[in-house]
Amino acid sequence: MAEASIYLAALLAAVAFVLAMARFVRGPLTFDRVVAFDVMTIVGITGIVLVAVVEDRAIYLDVALIYALMSFLGVIVVARHLERGL
Amino acid sequence: MTSLLAVLGGLLLVAGASFLLLGGLGLVRMPDVYNRIQAGTKATTLGTLLTLAGVACLHPGWTMKLLLIGLFLLFTNPLSSQVLARAAHRSKVAPTAATEVDLLDETKGDGA
Amino acid sequence: MNAMPIGRARNAVALFAMLMLIWIMLEGSVAIDVLLVGAVASALVTFVQRDGLPIVTEARFTREAAIAAVEYVGYFLKELVKSNLHIAAVVATPSLPVRPGIVKVHTRLKSRTARVLLANSITLTPGTLTVEIEGEWLWVHWVTMEAADPEEATQQIVAGFEHYLEAIYG
Repeated sequence: MAEASIYLAALLAAVAFVLAMARFVRGPLTFDRVVAFDVMTIVGITGIVLVAVVEDRAIYLDVALIYALMSFLGVIVVARHLERGL
Repeated sequence: MTSLLAVLGGLLLVAGASFLLLGGLGLVRMPDVYNRIQAGTKATTLGTLLTLAGVACLHPGWTMKLLLIGLFLLFTNPLSSQVLARAAHRSKVAPTAATEVDLLDETKGDGA
Repeated sequence: MNAMPIGRARNAVALFAMLMLIWIMLEGSVAIDVLLVGAVASALVTFVQRDGLPIVTEARFTREAAIAAVEYVGYFLKELVKSNLHIAAVVATPSLPVRPGIVKVHTRLKSRTARVLLANSITLTPGTLTVEIEGEWLWVHWVTMEAADPEEATQQIVAGFEHYLEAIYG
């Protein structure tokens, strides 16, 4: 039961990732791509946490935490850059 | 008791992942950057929080660290959305033609 | 702003306690060596950031404020789920019934931290997204706009959160 729900959740998250990827490819603006990237990151964090459950390794949670930290900084930096550069 | 937690965890996982899916769908369907930020980043925030709660039910020992990830997302996600939306508006990215009013444009003009 | 002069010691203690809590959550254990390392690290950070974090120092340290803070979290989570369902329904409807607009709203909050929390809360409840903040005015992007008039928009978007934040930050 729990096993099945994990795989179902992973499948749904994968579809969400593909949809975000579609927006990333289509753009049209850089801003659209940054938003898509942000969404892909959040979905990715869920993915990492799910992997942690399946593999039963708590250390992956730290990976998810650091990933969240880095992507937050990344989005802020890119947004500030676009604000001045465009 | 344990099995009840497992069922709850499974339900939360699937519910959270469904919100992720809706967020992705919104990202593809919405007409302009601002609406995409809305549909994309926020549905996925709730989705991730629910998924984390589900994992916490399956793995009670991890609750504290999952809570930390959730709190972190809760504080940083709105910030990045806001900075992104502000950057888009300051770079004169026009909202979709369907937008009925843009009070920010009228009141601020070319300033800022 | 009728609070008495805020003691720096209290701010430092509050910051230290917060850092220790985060450290323990990160480590997931309260063994003596873990606590010792955490205490040294937290003390160092507290020493560097002696004035404390504004999210704590600008809050009132009263019973009413603590109750309001708990109520705020509850109200916020309720709004988060409610409005997420709302936006999910919009996205899932084939005709995509959006009515976007950028409206202007007003806040009574004086504290900078309270304003930041308000902007964040507005952003996290879907349908509304803070685009710009300047003084006591906020510009909010609204997916399903219901009122363009600043007074009415303020009532619908700001009033709920403001009530609690006012009790916490004054």
